[in-house]
Amino acid sequence: MNIITGIKDSLLVSLWFILLTFPIMVIRVNTIENVVEWRWRNMLLVGAGSFILSLVWRYLHKRKEAGGQESPDEPETVPLVRRILDTPRLLIPALIALGIALAVFPFTFSVYQVNIMITAIMFVVLGLGLNIVVGLAGLLDLGYVAFYAVGAYSYALLNYHYDVGFWIALPIGALLAFSAGILLGFPVLRLRGDYLAIVTLGFGEIIRLILENWNEFSFGPSGISNIDRPGFFGIDFSFREASIYIYFIMIGLCLFTIFVVNRLEKSRIGRAWIALREDEIACQAMGIDKTKTKLAAFALGATWAGMIGVVFAAKTTFINPASFTFMESAIILCIVVLGGMGSILGVMLAAIILILLPEYLRAFSDYRMIVFGACMVLMMVFRPQGLISGGRSIYQLNQAQKDLQKDP
Amino acid sequence: MKKRLFVFSLPVLFLSLFLTPIFSGNALAQDTIKLGIAGPHSGDLASYGIPSIKAAELVVKEINAKGGVLGKQVELLVEDDVCKPELATNTATKLVSKGVHVVLGHVCSGATKAALGIYKDAKVIAMSPSATNPALTQAGEFPNFYRTIAADDEQAKLEVHFAINKLKAKNIAVIHDKGDYGKGLAEYAKKFVEEGKQANVVLFEGITPGAVDYSAIVQKIKQSKADTVIYGGYHPEASSIIMLMRKKKMKTNFVSADGVKDDTFIKVAGKSAEGVYATGPKDVSKNPMAITYNEAHKKAHGADPGAFFLNAVAATQALLNAIQKAGSTDAAAVAKVLQGQDVDTPLGKIKFDKKGDAIGVGFSVYQVKKGVFVELK
Amino acid sequence: MDYFLELFVGGLTRGSIYALIALGYTMVYGIIQLINFAHGEIYMIGAFTALIVSSVLAMYGMEGISVLIISTVLAVMYSAAYGFTVEKIAYKPLRQAPRLSPLISAIGMSIFLQNYVLLAQTSDFLPFPSLIPEIDLPERYQHIIGSSELVIVSVTALVMIGLTIFIKFTKIGKAMRATAQDRSMAMLLGVNVNRVISNTFILGSALAAIGGVLIASHVGRINFYIGFIAGIKAFTTAVLGGIGSIPGAVLGGLVLGWTESFATGYISSDYEDVFSFVLLVVILIFKPTGLLGKTLVQKV
Repeated sequence: MNIITGIKDSLLVSLWFILLTFPIMVIRVNTIENVVEWRWRNMLLVGAGSFILSLVWRYLHKRKEAGGQESPDEPETVPLVRRILDTPRLLIPALIALGIALAVFPFTFSVYQVNIMITAIMFVVLGLGLNIVVGLAGLLDLGYVAFYAVGAYSYALLNYHYDVGFWIALPIGALLAFSAGILLGFPVLRLRGDYLAIVTLGFGEIIRLILENWNEFSFGPSGISNIDRPGFFGIDFSFREASIYIYFIMIGLCLFTIFVVNRLEKSRIGRAWIALREDEIACQAMGIDKTKTKLAAFALGATWAGMIGVVFAAKTTFINPASFTFMESAIILCIVVLGGMGSILGVMLAAIILILLPEYLRAFSDYRMIVFGACMVLMMVFRPQGLISGGRSIYQLNQAQKDLQKDP
Repeated sequence: MKKRLFVFSLPVLFLSLFLTPIFSGNALAQDTIKLGIAGPHSGDLASYGIPSIKAAELVVKEINAKGGVLGKQVELLVEDDVCKPELATNTATKLVSKGVHVVLGHVCSGATKAALGIYKDAKVIAMSPSATNPALTQAGEFPNFYRTIAADDEQAKLEVHFAINKLKAKNIAVIHDKGDYGKGLAEYAKKFVEEGKQANVVLFEGITPGAVDYSAIVQKIKQSKADTVIYGGYHPEASSIIMLMRKKKMKTNFVSADGVKDDTFIKVAGKSAEGVYATGPKDVSKNPMAITYNEAHKKAHGADPGAFFLNAVAATQALLNAIQKAGSTDAAAVAKVLQGQDVDTPLGKIKFDKKGDAIGVGFSVYQVKKGVFVELK
Repeated sequence: MDYFLELFVGGLTRGSIYALIALGYTMVYGIIQLINFAHGEIYMIGAFTALIVSSVLAMYGMEGISVLIISTVLAVMYSAAYGFTVEKIAYKPLRQAPRLSPLISAIGMSIFLQNYVLLAQTSDFLPFPSLIPEIDLPERYQHIIGSSELVIVSVTALVMIGLTIFIKFTKIGKAMRATAQDRSMAMLLGVNVNRVISNTFILGSALAAIGGVLIASHVGRINFYIGFIAGIKAFTTAVLGGIGSIPGAVLGGLVLGWTESFATGYISSDYEDVFSFVLLVVILIFKPTGLLGKTLVQKV
């Protein structure tokens, strides 16, 4: 009975999709010779495809709903990762294994693999940085890429004009991005929610347009080439060696970021951010300085973007404004949300998936981006709270105290 | 339940992520000549990158049918860079680690610049059908780079010369699309006009590609009383501007470069395109090879080829021919052939100079007459 | 003076289009507080449908105003259907999810739809027939306003009036307003909230399709990517006018259109978008909820 209605509904769905996709999938107008091409085969494909997908969708939904009815407190629903994190007996070997894998990786895989891994780790750090702003402080920032651009251009320009090296530029880029964060922070502090989102988006676009138009300053759309790769006591690296070197720099930076963000989250200001996210007014009533807290979130978030910007410039050795569009901001935001807002581990996982996915989807060639878009929708529909939802620290009485309470 | 499913799916996902490239990498036959093709195959600039894949496919199909190069079949490795520098470095490293011998690409100058360093380190020769930034060859940084298209400054010189001497332009408006190619071209045009001192640049402005409409800039051109517009950029924006200009009954001359000299421009702009001037590679419509390839494309894909198609055909032929003649895929040997020997292509007989620019790819000025670009003698 | 008028008309036309697309954003936002990033793509699909339909009709020898009407009607229907389907797939399952999750699925949907059209049709620009008939205006005004500008502005005005009446007086409109005000209260009073949300998407998408057909016919070319920039501009428009407010979307569109037009005309088009975003920031600093947005009293 249930199956029959399911099939009937799926048939209706596939009929709907056939109608829906008819003009775009079936008809192709050849404006050169003025002939219309009717691609009936596509119609069959759409029909069959949507029928099967609809069945799968229905099934998964049922699974999801059935899953939702289970009591959420059951211990077995605790995700594996969290279980590993919470038990040191599992955590330490897992970390060691991960460490070895990361250390061996660049020597066993090709330069290409190392390179996309660098990109993925860069986006891990970017995600962690934006996580401070969006995940912890709850400020929706759609122009995060602006700070990334600030970092990248500060290294590129310093390197071009004054021959400044990577290691000196790294803190300078971070500092400049920090200042840019404060500069942007001031005017927009009064705004809330989506008004903030559009202003940050605007800010990101303004930075990009300035880089594009102000030739004397930024060399315009033709960009800056021949930026130095990071140096190591003046040793001349080949491309492969340089990649491995940057890989380890990124691993180091990433560990540093995780450490800092983890500390920040549990610090006074971190808890102030979370409080601000949950309820601004209550937060003010508790005596938290709203302005300072928000500015700190913006500026600290921007700092990471600035740092990664420097690494980015050093890695590609060429930058132009095309790398700093709204799409990059959107991807970083996706990493934060998909990871589960506020969860460090989730952000890392999401960054790796979202950056490596399009690279490995190259196997699909033409269908790469369409699969990527579909994956984003599906991941959100089936894991709306993110891969690993941010665990709240709950302060519990420990066992000894409990026992004490039990038998007075 | 759902959590368990999720936990299961993750390792599977990861495993498959890591395994796919390994398997696909090893499963390929070892003994082929690997020709990499890099360019934008998705995103907003896809229409400039996809034609070069089709071009290479056609050439390679023909060559493989005749027994390949050096007795080996030619294999295509197609990689998308979306015209973004950072992705271009990824595609370049991917091609290099797959053991590519020569590369056709990249398409955008910015992406090309980012990728060339990697090819240079790997001693791989890259030949672009479309990257026109003058510095790519003239700066001498990249001895491994060649192109089958002329640099921006060459075209700008021709455009300005034509506008001043033939069209008797006195007031010139220079408009560009803020892009790497368009703005570069426009800046050279401005420079040449100012150096010539025979005409004035009355307007120098950038428009936003993809904007909803361009009526404001058209009004501004009109207000500036320019008699000639020199436009640097691609055909989509150019067609919008020219249509609006003609709608406003403006008779201003419109001169542009090879970014506009595309049949799509005429198709889109229709009647308004009549009388538009564009510089472009010397007329090849009589070249038998060009005709063959255009026909082959029409037959295979049911449509006219897109931008830089013939340049890409020429580049593919030049590269494969050089490997054949050199007898190896060694970069130095291939370079020697590229610079020393002529090769027959749809663009005519070409070879390359020391810097990597093609010799023999001439330029002429075209005008749209009755719906086709006609070469002006 | 003529120059000023020309720029004024240019800005008005551009602003009208922004407003038509922004309405969809603003209505959806008003009801489910979602920035629907896929809205620009719906507009693009509307334009594509109109192009395909009108070309097919032209093949069969149809001409003139009937082509315009049939293709617009079909484009509106298809866009509405796409809007409806997108909502069902990407947003409805996320009703109870954290606030940013639908935003991400919207971005995913936008990427998906763009590439869907890219693959199913073409990456090239396609010429869009000028469906709006050319009517010669008196010589004096010809260079200031053309027939397509006239049609765009008047259609927008008509649509706005119609929409206002619809929202004010019909049962569906009332249900929409009630849902926007307080979703759970509306539900308690017997409003079928899911249907109201669907209706909002259908209505917003239909308006976007009208915008798509008008602008494509005015500019004369489309490709799969036109929705992206239009979407961002429309989003700016909606926020500028006060997101959730229908007259705000119109006002925001006009302000944005004129800013861009005059900035290009009197200053430089290099920084056209910079001007519009700076204006946005300045307005939001002084009026944090946009021009006509209601100042929300925050309760604890």
